[in-house]
Amino acid sequence: MAQAHFDTIEGRSLGFYALLGILGAFLLAAGLAALYMEHNGHWVTGMSNQIVWGTPHVFAVFLIVAASGALNVASIASVFGRQLYKPLARLSGLLAIALLTGGLIVLVLDLGRPDRLIEAMTYYNFKSIFAWNIFLYIGFFAVVAVYLWMMMERRMNDYTRPAGIFAFLWRLTLTTGTGSIFGFLVARDAYDTAVLAPMFIIMSFSYGLAIFMVVLLAAMRWSGRELGDVVFGRLRNLLGVFVAAVLYFVTVYHLTNLYITQRHGIEGFILLHGGQFTQMFWIGQIILGSVIPLVILFSRLGQSRAMVMLASLLVILGGVAQMYVTIIGGQAYPMPLVPGKEASSSFFDGVVASYAPSLPEAILGIGGIALALAMVVVALKILPFLPNSLADADADPHYKAT
Amino acid sequence: MSLSRREFIGIGGAAVAGMALAPGLRLVELAQARSPDEAVTSLQRWGLLVDIGKCHDCDACVTACHEENGVTGHGRPATDPQWIRKVTLKDKQSGYVQTLPVMCQHCEEPPCVDVCPTGASFKRADGIVLVDKHICIGCRYCMMACPYKARSFVHEDTTDQKPQVPRGKGTVESCTLCVHRVDVGKIPACVKACNKDGNKAMVFGDLKDPNSDIRKQLAAGVSTQLRPDLNLNTGVRYRGI
Repeated sequence: MAQAHFDTIEGRSLGFYALLGILGAFLLAAGLAALYMEHNGHWVTGMSNQIVWGTPHVFAVFLIVAASGALNVASIASVFGRQLYKPLARLSGLLAIALLTGGLIVLVLDLGRPDRLIEAMTYYNFKSIFAWNIFLYIGFFAVVAVYLWMMMERRMNDYTRPAGIFAFLWRLTLTTGTGSIFGFLVARDAYDTAVLAPMFIIMSFSYGLAIFMVVLLAAMRWSGRELGDVVFGRLRNLLGVFVAAVLYFVTVYHLTNLYITQRHGIEGFILLHGGQFTQMFWIGQIILGSVIPLVILFSRLGQSRAMVMLASLLVILGGVAQMYVTIIGGQAYPMPLVPGKEASSSFFDGVVASYAPSLPEAILGIGGIALALAMVVVALKILPFLPNSLADADADPHYKAT
Repeated sequence: MSLSRREFIGIGGAAVAGMALAPGLRLVELAQARSPDEAVTSLQRWGLLVDIGKCHDCDACVTACHEENGVTGHGRPATDPQWIRKVTLKDKQSGYVQTLPVMCQHCEEPPCVDVCPTGASFKRADGIVLVDKHICIGCRYCMMACPYKARSFVHEDTTDQKPQVPRGKGTVESCTLCVHRVDVGKIPACVKACNKDGNKAMVFGDLKDPNSDIRKQLAAGVSTQLRPDLNLNTGVRYRGI
């Protein structure tokens, strides 16, 4: 295999500026949406005292989980020594930083008092998983930045492996922390389970790789660079394995809850009669987000780049749906106040909380994705993140000309 | 009657010892009765006992609380704050109906305090769980963690605030056990209202003082916590569930 060569994209075409323009328009809209919600207060959103975390959290947590997963491609190269993935490692690190930025911005702009961010940086309660996560997220930027530096600066290349191992361990801890935001909540039936931490890790593998593939396929194609069947096929199969693994964890999670009588209520709610949440689970998360992608990825349909692109987009869609079911569905189901008794009140005790995403919330959430993508687009023009070629002859260490 | 020399020394010694110890014992008593400008201590733990058998279909406690603390709504039930609410319980088997006031349960191990990233959710030494409005960033994690749905997020601008009860858009709030009243030796507004206009179903007091009314009543009969399975050792107790 030839030494991987990287180059910036030219970034002068009409298409490039059109893409930046579209992303910029989303960012502007998201900024205005955040300002609107902040000015009026959260009552103008779909959120309430029942559903305290809404659509912004769905996108924010999705992006944060995906960020750590996007780094996996680099980890496979640096930690597990797979040469084939080495040309992909830089883009993987870039995406990780960009996605985390997008997620955190959404999270911060949805705070009741985003102007008090400095309080979150100066006052810490170390029993809070949120407080740990502040360190894990900020640290992730630094760790991945150093990792990228080791990869991109020739003189530092020798340190790529230790930096990569450190980044890999950091990202596993980070996603454990994100899953534990929910796993450690004792009060609600949908949460309070240790399986959420490893489940979030495997979800990150799947979401992160799906986004990575969409960005890679688009960037290579739009910059006129070749992507060979070997790299393409390897990533496709890997995505299939990750999607199947997520499905496995989802099955274990629900089977466990189905065995515990106390949790039959929440299970019936999510799986059978939860209205929008049941639909979001079966149609969004399972059929669109898991089954159809699996069929595409593991059948002859997977030979087609367009179909794999579609599968990746569906995995992303399914991931957002899964976050919606987990975060909002988990809150919508009422908490038991006194076991064996039905509670009712003017404060919505004992009833399923209603929630409909408001436009500003959705725009803010989508703005997080737009920010991440805009960062990638600009970064690809400034620094050489993208390999010149991923043609089989250039990328495959076992390539033999026939 | 004449005292032997031995008896005189014995009685005299006891009297001297008594005179020496008495002020000390008296001081312990004084220490428990804190003056308003002293810091709170863990010598006290404030609590409430609600006798559901006496709690009738009135909402004097709710009205009094929201009046006392300047908690006003905007006619939007989903986002309006409620610091205390009347909950109706219906037994799933028998259909037996009860009603009870539910507010912050002032847990000894409050999940809201555990999860708060900045420490804005905190528990005072005397057991009252509060939100520091100056460092609350409005993340609502405490609302996710509270098993009692006791907290409200301030969804819009506040008006007619009471000087002793600061509130602010974008922060989380809940029952303070009327800390501003308790600190000057008064009882919470809900308890006062229940005694006056309600059915005298609520007792407020120091759970650590063996002579307090609440301790004596708790010792005299069964009582329970809400969600006892979570083992949070709540400061608010109920009788008759």
